[in-house]
Amino acid sequence: MTLDDILASLFPNGSDVETVGPMIAGKALLPDGRLIHVLGITQGQPLGVEEAIALAERVIEIIATRDRTPILLLVDSASQRMSKRDELLGLSEYLSHLAKALLVAEAEGHRTIGLLYGGSAAGAFIATALTTGTLVALPGAHPAVMDLPSMARVTKLPIDVLKAKAEATPVFAPGLDNMVRTGGVHVVWDDAVPLAPQLAAVLQRPQGQDDRGRLGAERGGRQKAAELAERVARAAASPQDARRA
Amino acid sequence: MEKLSFRLTAPNRAGGTRAQTIVGVVASGNLEVLLERSLPAGTCTIDIATAAHGFGAVWDAVVRDFVARRAAGGLRISINDGGARPDTVALRLAQGVRKIEEPER
Amino acid sequence: MTAATANDVPLSWYEASARQRIDALVDAGSFCEFIGPELREISPHLAIFNLPEQFDDGIVIGRGRLDGAPVLVAAQEGRFMGGAFGEVHGAKLTGLLRAARALKQDVVILFDTGGVRLQEANAGELAIAEIMRAVIEARHSGINVVGLIGGRAGCYGGGSLIAGTCSRLIISEQGRLSVSGPEVIETNKGIEEFDSRDRALVWRTMGGKHRYLIGGADIFVDDQALAFREAAIATLAIRSRFDPNVLQAEQKRLERRLHRFGDVEDAIEIWEVLGIDQPTGIPALPTGAFLRAANKRENADDAR
Repeated sequence: MTLDDILASLFPNGSDVETVGPMIAGKALLPDGRLIHVLGITQGQPLGVEEAIALAERVIEIIATRDRTPILLLVDSASQRMSKRDELLGLSEYLSHLAKALLVAEAEGHRTIGLLYGGSAAGAFIATALTTGTLVALPGAHPAVMDLPSMARVTKLPIDVLKAKAEATPVFAPGLDNMVRTGGVHVVWDDAVPLAPQLAAVLQRPQGQDDRGRLGAERGGRQKAAELAERVARAAASPQDARRA
Repeated sequence: MEKLSFRLTAPNRAGGTRAQTIVGVVASGNLEVLLERSLPAGTCTIDIATAAHGFGAVWDAVVRDFVARRAAGGLRISINDGGARPDTVALRLAQGVRKIEEPER
Repeated sequence: MTAATANDVPLSWYEASARQRIDALVDAGSFCEFIGPELREISPHLAIFNLPEQFDDGIVIGRGRLDGAPVLVAAQEGRFMGGAFGEVHGAKLTGLLRAARALKQDVVILFDTGGVRLQEANAGELAIAEIMRAVIEARHSGINVVGLIGGRAGCYGGGSLIAGTCSRLIISEQGRLSVSGPEVIETNKGIEEFDSRDRALVWRTMGGKHRYLIGGADIFVDDQALAFREAAIATLAIRSRFDPNVLQAEQKRLERRLHRFGDVEDAIEIWEVLGIDQPTGIPALPTGAFLRAANKRENADDAR
């Protein structure tokens, strides 16, 4: 689906969303008449210092309204911008700042929903889609930490061997299915039917704890993370004998 | 990974009272050694997982020498090896038995 | 500092292991580990790649005391798999941060990481996201989360994003803080963009001095465990807050940085714009002289 198709299917009452370069910004009316903010990065572009600070600025403006309107973050990006200049300027701070803005928005009562409709990778994926309260995806989305050829180079394994291993576990290979099974993506929407009711269903979910570890365990993609984090918390809470917890 | 296991009679009981200790890290040419005081005083077991295949005879010599000469009785020793040379292995084992002798701070 | 409880043996932070760093950081004998190596909570994924495991999966977590005050501590081992985040490694830190919020105890994170562990990339990536959320939730409830950066592996990739969520960062000259590492930039964009073998370029672009000068880190210390300890004690004595105002201040701070330095090509030009007398001499300065030269630096007070 193109961005225009997605917006039309999400907001049958129309939307006021502009795309300037790789940046998406605007708002729309939900079928029930409520307002929703729409932000994002598009065209598979990398997320550098300029893009991150612009997105964060918009999120901070929304927080300042104190109106608790939900925020939909559309994501079709590359990875973080890999350049000397971005790192010289402290790209990590800009990406973290964007992530913090999204997390504060949520804490201030704005539901944050990520819609991954294209690519995203590495630091850009973490600072955008993976920082929203609920991440959904469209079929064909292709999240990655690193592509298999690069991974083959780093791990010094032939790509065929990596592909064979990827059949056995969702834990390392790129792709939407693997991100669903490890709990990172809450649900993959059906693009054959209107998206508006699917968005409404997500907005009706109560805002809650980070449940990605539990989802990953239930779906068999991350069997240890949730249980281990809970055991650590129990060990920390016990006054002594933490070793044995 | 290759796994090796040894169960040896230990002439010298490990000193000190610490229940366990760990030395080293798993890196290329390095290893970690976890020592746990959980066996009868005259026994020492050593379980090795190593990235370097085909060195069973070398390990056999190193661990037998270690148990014969050091105070390793009563210890269950577990090793994760990133391909360390025998002298590095001997050094880490010696560090391990020294550390488990130290009083708990 | 309480002399009786200090660890004052000279120890290079860069050279030390994760366990040595913790022992030297907290009050002598106060550390109590959670999910220790004897529980053998190793990565379930490395065997697929026929790679050696480590009993603590490259991160040591637990509780200790800093100048008498209880604190939760996590230390990454940069020599094991480059200190990278995998499922187990990440979950240990996630659990610790969630515990911090419940127990109202401050956290010190000893970063030493190349980022996400590729052999379990999806699990590592999600762990980073979960940790960042847990840091911010802890900070929201008034807890300090302090990051220490000075290890062999630096603080790269997702580790650098976690560092960006911390309330304060303490860094040494050897500490490197960056999203993409030198090799990653060179591999993807070519040697003209970044020559990863030019070590001076790496240090002045990503190293502790530059980060301190632009406000990317808050305290600059010698490569000594005692220096990190003293800085951590001083930092934890200040209650840092986190709310929309801090976020707005950070927005202004980072906009100002782009405005001041956005057109600059190299770190030395940034130091010149900062008004430093002899910018080319910065890399060679010992700590005392560097801190004096850095008096016109940008800072991130109440804006991180």
